[in-house]
Amino acid sequence: MSSEPIDALLGKSYRHGFVTDIDSDTLPPGLDEDVVRFISRKKKEPEFMTEWRLKAYRHWLTMREPHWAKLRVNPIDYQSISYFSAPKRDPNAPKSLEEVDPKLLATYEKLGVPLHERARLAGVAVDAVFDSVSVATTFKERLAEAGVIFCSFSDAVQNHPALIEKYLGTVVPHTDNFFAGLNSAVFSDGSFVYVPPGVRCPMELSTYFRINAKNTGQFERTLIIAAPGSHVSYLEGCTAPMRDENQLHAAVVELVAEDDAEIKYSTVQNWYPGDENGVGGIYNFVTKRGECRGRNSKIAWTQVETGSAITWKYPSCVLRGENSVGEFYSVATANNYQQADTGTKMIHIGANTKSTIVSKGISAGHGQNSYRGLVKILPSAQGARNFTQCDSLLMGSNCGAHTFPYIETRNPSATVEHEASTSKISEDQLFYCLQRGIEEEDAVNMIVNGFCKSVLKELPMEFAVEAQNLLAVSLEGAVG
Amino acid sequence: MSALLEISNLSAKVGGKNVLHGLSLTVNAGEVHAIMGPNGSGKSTLSYVLAGRPGYEITGGSVKFQGRDLLAMEPEERARAGMFLGFQYPVEIPGVNNVYLLKAAVNAKRKELGQPEVDAYEFLQLVRGKMKLMQMDESFLSRGVNEGFSGGEKKRNEILQMLVLEPALAVLDETDSGLDIDALKVVAKGVNSLRSADRGVLLITHYQRLLDHIVPDHVHVLARGRIARSGDKTLAHELEKRGYDWVLEVA
Repeated sequence: MSSEPIDALLGKSYRHGFVTDIDSDTLPPGLDEDVVRFISRKKKEPEFMTEWRLKAYRHWLTMREPHWAKLRVNPIDYQSISYFSAPKRDPNAPKSLEEVDPKLLATYEKLGVPLHERARLAGVAVDAVFDSVSVATTFKERLAEAGVIFCSFSDAVQNHPALIEKYLGTVVPHTDNFFAGLNSAVFSDGSFVYVPPGVRCPMELSTYFRINAKNTGQFERTLIIAAPGSHVSYLEGCTAPMRDENQLHAAVVELVAEDDAEIKYSTVQNWYPGDENGVGGIYNFVTKRGECRGRNSKIAWTQVETGSAITWKYPSCVLRGENSVGEFYSVATANNYQQADTGTKMIHIGANTKSTIVSKGISAGHGQNSYRGLVKILPSAQGARNFTQCDSLLMGSNCGAHTFPYIETRNPSATVEHEASTSKISEDQLFYCLQRGIEEEDAVNMIVNGFCKSVLKELPMEFAVEAQNLLAVSLEGAVG
Repeated sequence: MSALLEISNLSAKVGGKNVLHGLSLTVNAGEVHAIMGPNGSGKSTLSYVLAGRPGYEITGGSVKFQGRDLLAMEPEERARAGMFLGFQYPVEIPGVNNVYLLKAAVNAKRKELGQPEVDAYEFLQLVRGKMKLMQMDESFLSRGVNEGFSGGEKKRNEILQMLVLEPALAVLDETDSGLDIDALKVVAKGVNSLRSADRGVLLITHYQRLLDHIVPDHVHVLARGRIARSGDKTLAHELEKRGYDWVLEVA
């Protein structure tokens, strides 16, 4: 079996690696209270926000980086990072898409972000975050008719301060962990969604994140509130240009689902993973958590993680409401020298709460892939149920797959099931496909997609195709 | 009659052990050859060598397939040129639809021939027809490749793939093993439906009973890595009566 066609494709393996040449309004590296105040002032925030940030910053100073994950991380110098980078704006900032810098729009075009008419046709509303500032939000009007608020976080702070003050930090407090603390102090933008009672959001909501400027960190903040009886599906895509140094990405996502509300949150993460020797790439330290506050509420996380040099991410559900449901579907790949430590936490508080975890880890090259999951059943969670399935696929013999399931049950009526498997892409499977005339590369894609099927089918259709293509690109050269 | 497959003096090693020792065999278009022989005689090795499985080292001889140097071709090229191997132990590929694999295989072949991809609707009709012949339920279309199939179902699935791919040469490695008599008849019906003047079949089997249903033109006994004896279908009956020792003694 020849690996030549696969090797030939390696060169194009990161197709989002371009840099856009735009004047940025970038803060010099370093972090202190003045920087925090600068960010807050720059964004014309009300005083409660400035105070909230400063409180977070002061607490962060007392915190330590977590080192319990199975990751080797180069030391991060938090003073060498620039904490604010915005594409430079005229005093007359663009008020509509037509006024947005055409270079920026061309960037989105390259990324395949469906802004403009294409977006409407695809039925997707996009909030695009470039470095740290939200550039353009489409379809506000159609959403406004339904009463849905979908805007940049900055706009939400200006226009809906009461909602921000009520919900911000209530799911992920600034004291939660080191990276969430840092984010709380310096986050510069992100997305905000509010779906009013009984409303089914008329379209998929989507945000594209991209880190462009050099030596900047990206700290976005997303808050989604689903009022009683509402329903929303939110998609998030991420890319970053190729750079030799590591870049820090520390986002926080908070979801709140009230009675009978449902939030579906899907991520296709394709941050630059570093080159085949492990140089460069994004350090992705992200805190994502949803709270099923109300009865019969549901939060589902679906993620396809193909990028980043390091992934440290555990999208979680706090199942407070009776009969609430939490789901986590994940595909994580680690090729070359990528390291992923990812999984979920399902915290069962309410009676008859249910959670499902399906995790598919793919390791190739020298990649190290760990699943880390906590299922916690509190005494109040009478009749709680969890099902966990955790599968690992190994390609080649230099990679690793690790599983760290933690189960804490404090209610004897609970049911917790855990299934785990580790397998190799077998030569038998590969040869079987070759013998049917199928190219090796296509055969590998087919086998990998089959392995991930139960997760991919949870993604909205247009994302599922993108995810399959990404998987194919990220595993190029993995067998041969 | 033109030679479809010409094996000359073929020797091969697997795991450092010599398994084939100067094997020669010619299959002409339109012929069905049965290869019989005791365990360890090299039957499965022959099938894997023909299909190009990695790990099998050719130490001598040559193989021509439709006049081309088969041993110089990649496994997928051999398949697209019309070489089909029905596996003794078909592997499971979880999550990959049976029909999806089949379509990918057909399209790979069509691409090689410069033909456009197969029409999805027509393809489905074609597969459904063949499934009926193999007495397979339609649910097999959307199940994972061989995933959770019984031994007999896997073998029927192999023959289904063969019928859809319409190979020039089908090498069937113990397709009869693990089949009850009804399933054996279904499999035989499938193979017989493919017989034609421009195709060849190499049946590898332990037992005579398959040959009652797929009547071969030639029967060969493989022993110690080479053809020890050849004959017509009556040779199979003789083997059934007298066992392999008789041939081995003569050889």
